Amino acid sequence: MRHETIEKSLNLMMVLIVVAISIGGLVEIVPLMMSSDATEPDEGISVYSPLRLAGRDVYIREGCYNCHSQMIRPFRSETERYGPYTTAGETVYDRPFQFGSKRTGPDLARVGGRYSDDWQRLHLMDPRALVPESNMPAYPWLADNVIDPDLVTAKVKALQMLGDPYTDEQLAGAAAAVEGRTELDALVAYLQGLGTNRKNRR
Amino acid sequence: MPAFWHWFVAAGTIVFTIWCIWLVGWSAKQGPANVADDDLVGHKWDGDLEEWNNPAPKWWLYLYFITIAWAVGYMIAFPSFGNYEGMLGWSQEGQYEAEMQAATETYEPIYEKFAAMDFMALTQNDEAQALGRSLFASYCTTCHGSDARGAPGYPNLTDDDWQWGSAEAEIFQTIYNGRMAAMPVLTPALGGDQGIDNMVRYVRSLSGGDANAGAMSAKPMFVALCSACHGVDGKGNKIFGAPNLTDDIWLYGGSAESVRETLVKGRNGVMPAHGELFGDNRTKILAAYVYSLSQN
Repeated sequence: MRHETIEKSLNLMMVLIVVAISIGGLVEIVPLMMSSDATEPDEGISVYSPLRLAGRDVYIREGCYNCHSQMIRPFRSETERYGPYTTAGETVYDRPFQFGSKRTGPDLARVGGRYSDDWQRLHLMDPRALVPESNMPAYPWLADNVIDPDLVTAKVKALQMLGDPYTDEQLAGAAAAVEGRTELDALVAYLQGLGTNRKNRR
Repeated sequence: MPAFWHWFVAAGTIVFTIWCIWLVGWSAKQGPANVADDDLVGHKWDGDLEEWNNPAPKWWLYLYFITIAWAVGYMIAFPSFGNYEGMLGWSQEGQYEAEMQAATETYEPIYEKFAAMDFMALTQNDEAQALGRSLFASYCTTCHGSDARGAPGYPNLTDDDWQWGSAEAEIFQTIYNGRMAAMPVLTPALGGDQGIDNMVRYVRSLSGGDANAGAMSAKPMFVALCSACHGVDGKGNKIFGAPNLTDDIWLYGGSAESVRETLVKGRNGVMPAHGELFGDNRTKILAAYVYSLSQN
């Protein structure tokens, strides 16, 4: 077979390209998906409470990941600022994970407890009221939008079906846990939980 | 990694490396020997611009082999095959630990030196102040501001008014373990709008605001409700983080609206704990810097 044969057959070329670029994924990604290091939760890591789960979806909807990463890399310059580096076992209940790839703002992997609830609220409503130099947008509508309890129940149910260890009590109580709470409440709860359930915090 | 996946990765890496070598060799075989001098691919542009079917230059081909040779060396030196640890014994964790170890050896003696020093001496020491300034810039400015003058709800650190005390142990405690203040909601006890207005006026009169008869009528209520934390004379109590109400320095603002909001909604100021992040020595250096901010 000459190279020319491949070059002149679109279908053959497509098949061979797919084969070629699959190899890296097969060798690097598939074994990790099967490895307990990456699929079992670290000690102390539990599923998101219904309110935090709702907050996580607000985080994704508002595109927070565009400017904030949630992965502290194993370099001293990062761990001094943000806390211990992120492990795969911490993110097993993140579907999808929020590692991010850009830091216009700081990393948020361990932001939980770093500021008070009031600070987070005020900061989301009007970042420049607290940090005059900030270029983060304000998210005032979060305080007006109320979480839909039925939607949260459906999300917990879906995650339970996917194998996340939500108990039936958690599923039954999901709607009550978010009843009447705003998206701002949910997002603050989510942020305040980030990185805090890991046992070996520094 | 389980044995199966170890062998899966090892076999995959080796097989596909060999396959790359074969592929480059196979492509190169269709080189000059098989190409006639007039072997055009048949495209023609602008009347006379034609494309030749020449092989890639030799140096280009050799680059492929050099990168493959580099990959083989790399695979032997570094962890590449499943559980294989590599001849250099490199690991991500190991590199991180070494980096931390080196930093500890460099910086810990400096922190140790300051840990042994007297607190007041630290507030005068230029090197310790420089360290404190950079710690403050990294961790404190988001709430207390880059000029340390705070924001509504976040204390001004330059005014020598101390909600939780200014002794070394008190500032250390504030930074290390954090603080939680609790101003309760007083609406039910104050008896309606008029009662709230009177109390607002009375509280503001403590720091020089005008007091009328209504305000003075709230004084017994102040003694009953507020004095447990703020003191009968309103001078505050650092045990509870209850601010001094007589000094015209306001944590949440001193306007009638702000004071009213404090009474009606309560306040729950939180200073987050930073001990886990800083450790003892850096907390002390930072405490000395924070203290010095108010002493100029």
